[in-house]
Amino acid sequence: MAMKKLLATGLIATASLCFSNTAMSADYVIDTKGAHASIQFRVKHLGYSWLVGRFNKFEGQFSYDADAPEKTTIEVKIDPASIDSNHAERDKHLRGDDFLDVRKYRASKFVGTGLEVMSDGKMVLTGDFTLHGHTNPIQLQVSEIGEGQDPWGGYRHGFTAFTVINTSDYGFKSILSPVSRQIELFLNIEGVRQ
Amino acid sequence: MLRNSPTRYGLISVFFHWSMALLLVGLFAMGLWMVELNYYDNWYHQAPGLHKSLGLLVIFMWFVRLLWRLFDRLPEPEANSPAWQQRIAKAMHQLFYVLIFLLVFAGYMISTGEDAGIEFFGMFEVPAIFSAFEEQADVAGWIHWALSWLLMICVLLHTSAALQHHFILRDRTLLKMLGRKG
Repeated sequence: MAMKKLLATGLIATASLCFSNTAMSADYVIDTKGAHASIQFRVKHLGYSWLVGRFNKFEGQFSYDADAPEKTTIEVKIDPASIDSNHAERDKHLRGDDFLDVRKYRASKFVGTGLEVMSDGKMVLTGDFTLHGHTNPIQLQVSEIGEGQDPWGGYRHGFTAFTVINTSDYGFKSILSPVSRQIELFLNIEGVRQ
Repeated sequence: MLRNSPTRYGLISVFFHWSMALLLVGLFAMGLWMVELNYYDNWYHQAPGLHKSLGLLVIFMWFVRLLWRLFDRLPEPEANSPAWQQRIAKAMHQLFYVLIFLLVFAGYMISTGEDAGIEFFGMFEVPAIFSAFEEQADVAGWIHWALSWLLMICVLLHTSAALQHHFILRDRTLLKMLGRKG
């Protein structure tokens, strides 16, 4: 009897928690399964061109409320071993200890701590980015792309984000010349409302 | 002259033996050297390109040599060497064929890990067949490295045995592979 009561209380508590959440803001899971999301990077090659690559494996979720953007939370976990620049030997090198050292640093993640809407309407997302065992605060420029019902009974909301990081902040060896030590990151995320 | 006789290896076998010996030891040294090259070194792209072309040459020669070995006869072993030594020597010769094949195959698996083929001296490209998993190049790279060391250990043992036959036992084992008649 006591067990049943406990279970019932728990259920009500859980239900009300869900309810209050949806009332305040919407929780989204980033649609990595459907690959409607990507994390791309680009680095200057010799200073003459851009080398573009991406991380194939990542997952995450975010919570967003247009009325209270400052309450935005986001967490994206990235598998650094999934780096893909479309070149087997280069990717092997990037996974190795000259760069990402993925055997030692298995996980990379971004945890958003706040979204600020600027006077010009642009948004800046602040958060902590962990890569290669180093965590640094970063800021991303965020643009909202769109939101609405999808044709399959769900609701989707998409954003794009951009930031630049320095390899020296993340403890990478300086084996590349200074022109190749800045990495630009582009995130395209489409969240499916839960 | 071209074919083996009971007392010596023929020119074709001699050619395959020494040219592949040179290639394999050279490729080993080249491999150790090229992976340490700085990105901005002149050889950074050329050395692996040459390494891959020469590696392909090895496997083409391996194939022709194996066919030739099946058609040709083998010289008789030295009468003074005990049967167990002859068995070990024969096993080592067979192991060389297996190791060389696996070594080249592992190297092939590194470069073709993401569907790109391997060029043979700019003449043609050997296409990628297996792009099996994400970290294929890393795993294949480790196997390639381990097999190359194993092969060099075998080369050292094989060479020591040949030198022992030549200088200590003073028989014709090494002379046979130099194509000298009895």
